Amino acid sequence: MEIRTLKLENKLGMHARAAAAFVKVAQQFKAEIYLEHKGQTANGKSILGILTLACPKGGMLTIKADGIDALKAIEALEILIENKFGED
Amino acid sequence: MTAEQTKKTFALKGIGVSPGVVIGRAYRFDPLDSQISFYKLKESSSIPKEIQRFKKSLKDSEIQLLEVQANLKKTRVTEPLYIIDVHILILKDKKFSNRTIKYIRRLGINAEWAVRLTLDHYKQIFEGLGDAYIRDRISDVQYVGQRILRNLTGEKREIVLEIGGEVIVIAPDLSPADTAQMKMDKVIGFATDIGGRTSHTAIVSRAMELPAVAGLGNITQLVKTGDELIVDGISGMVIVNPYPEMIKRYEEKKLHFSAANDEYMKYAKLPAVTTDDYLVQIGGNIEFVEEIPSAITHGAEYIGLYRTEFIYISRHDLPTEEDHFNNYCQVASAKDLLWSTIRTFDLGGDKLTPDQKHVKELNPQMGLRAIRFCLKETELFKTQMRAIWRASAVGKVKILFPMIASMEEIREAKKLLEEARKELLEQGVKIAPKMEVGAMIEVPAAVEIADILAREVDFFSIGTNDLTQYALAIDRANERLTYLYEPLHPAILRLIKRVVDAAHKAKIRVAMCGEMAGDPLYALILLGMELDELSMNHLAIPRIKRIIRESSIKESKVLLEKALTFSTASEVRAYVQDYMMGRFPNEFEKEEEQNCS
Repeated sequence: MEIRTLKLENKLGMHARAAAAFVKVAQQFKAEIYLEHKGQTANGKSILGILTLACPKGGMLTIKADGIDALKAIEALEILIENKFGED
Repeated sequence: MTAEQTKKTFALKGIGVSPGVVIGRAYRFDPLDSQISFYKLKESSSIPKEIQRFKKSLKDSEIQLLEVQANLKKTRVTEPLYIIDVHILILKDKKFSNRTIKYIRRLGINAEWAVRLTLDHYKQIFEGLGDAYIRDRISDVQYVGQRILRNLTGEKREIVLEIGGEVIVIAPDLSPADTAQMKMDKVIGFATDIGGRTSHTAIVSRAMELPAVAGLGNITQLVKTGDELIVDGISGMVIVNPYPEMIKRYEEKKLHFSAANDEYMKYAKLPAVTTDDYLVQIGGNIEFVEEIPSAITHGAEYIGLYRTEFIYISRHDLPTEEDHFNNYCQVASAKDLLWSTIRTFDLGGDKLTPDQKHVKELNPQMGLRAIRFCLKETELFKTQMRAIWRASAVGKVKILFPMIASMEEIREAKKLLEEARKELLEQGVKIAPKMEVGAMIEVPAAVEIADILAREVDFFSIGTNDLTQYALAIDRANERLTYLYEPLHPAILRLIKRVVDAAHKAKIRVAMCGEMAGDPLYALILLGMELDELSMNHLAIPRIKRIIRESSIKESKVLLEKALTFSTASEVRAYVQDYMMGRFPNEFEKEEEQNCS
């Protein structure tokens, strides 16, 4: 299992556009992906789950990935968050 | 026309989510989830079939959304594309589909019912979220749900708007998918029951640069296809079945909006002072208290004309003193305003009780209206005046009586005002020790006796719209006569000049609050008249301030003097246009183009 904790730095936090981008990347991998924020866990491939975490800008997110491509998955998701989901 | 006039005029308050003004016909966009049947499955053996039916509806919905997305990509709108992504991801969300399947299996209910339960579940979760933007995203879940339901029920896809002419779309709320399937070139505005600044209606309308008001509550129940509407995306007001004078006013607002731009805004907060230090005070005209914030940002130093008709119109009974007071308090207490001039009721009785039998007037413009009506209905009038007095304790207000044509009228109005004051004092109600009283100068007779009227009041306010129509004997509602409506007619210029001179001779202030005050073309002519105050549609303020700041009172007086030497309106117009174009080439080139198109 791969675990990373990151700070969400994009403008609006985990809003719809960011959540959609996250799910699209997560779905490319076989690994199970989970997101944690303030003690709540959501399936990383469920947009509704991610949205209802309501992680704001500056919030801490923990990503967990479990499966054969877990490392690749977590690296791709890390890049996505660090690049602020490709927003300005 | 007559059928239109008998329709009840009313206004609805919402949130302006896309600025601009539009006037047009309503088109009621039907809600999507009508006639859905919910039932329990008769036997458990039909459960797998029901689950298959649900899965097929998911697939169908996805195909449709991909199609919508492909169509959207072809248009200039890029903003909503990601929203459709979000919708597709919700469709494919295992949490969503598994929950629905679980409901079908465990409760033995049909797919429609199960989808509805899943939607209710998410509604509850989203409502509990602290972040307003994410909380609003429940609307995405609901759109997806409605689409699935529609596919389950086997209803046809949304009908593309098949309507003649341009329309304002009325709906509970809209998704980009809805708008993508409308003939957008026919849509000129939106008004919706729900939604806020982050709703889809807001995003789409801003992207399309169409005025929109959301969060109107129940406009879908109050407005039918074909009703005439004004949608003001600046103040967030929607006016249903507006009467002709209002339409004219909003057409003016629309013009000012399209002419306004950020370049002018830097003049908004500056004083309107000429290069040779002549100061004109610039005010804003409002119809609704909701317009105050925009008036202030556009540089209104005070409210020069608060039209109070809508306090009466938007209801079935007469407004109480409290209803009036609540409105007046909002203007009186607005920060950053020097004062507010409240103009008393200016319509005929027919606008109050349309259900009641009233005498149909052949010429309502010259009928029993404004001060004439109020002096007959003294109780109604005093209710309004008491509320204005009470607001005077909250902030500086002035009272303005419309359509004054004689000394008797102004004296009678003042007598009632004094009665109202005494009543309030006897009751121990807090009011200001004094309130300035003004007369609207809009009847030619009032101009003739301006020197005498000036003894009775603290200020004059010239209403050029009515003054022009009465002086030139033109019914403004009659479109065959528009060509005769000419504020630069030598007679009108002379009338205005006489009012200003009479006021100044009597040492009272004189304002102008008509359409003319907000037209850049007339700015120097009015400056030359030496009006103390100009009150206008607030969108016009930055432009007017800019012109005044770049002019001198000296040149304005020369211009006016010369203009007054011509014998025809067309000569005056040609001269003034020529002068203003030479003086402000950037300002008036645009205007010419507008006239040509």
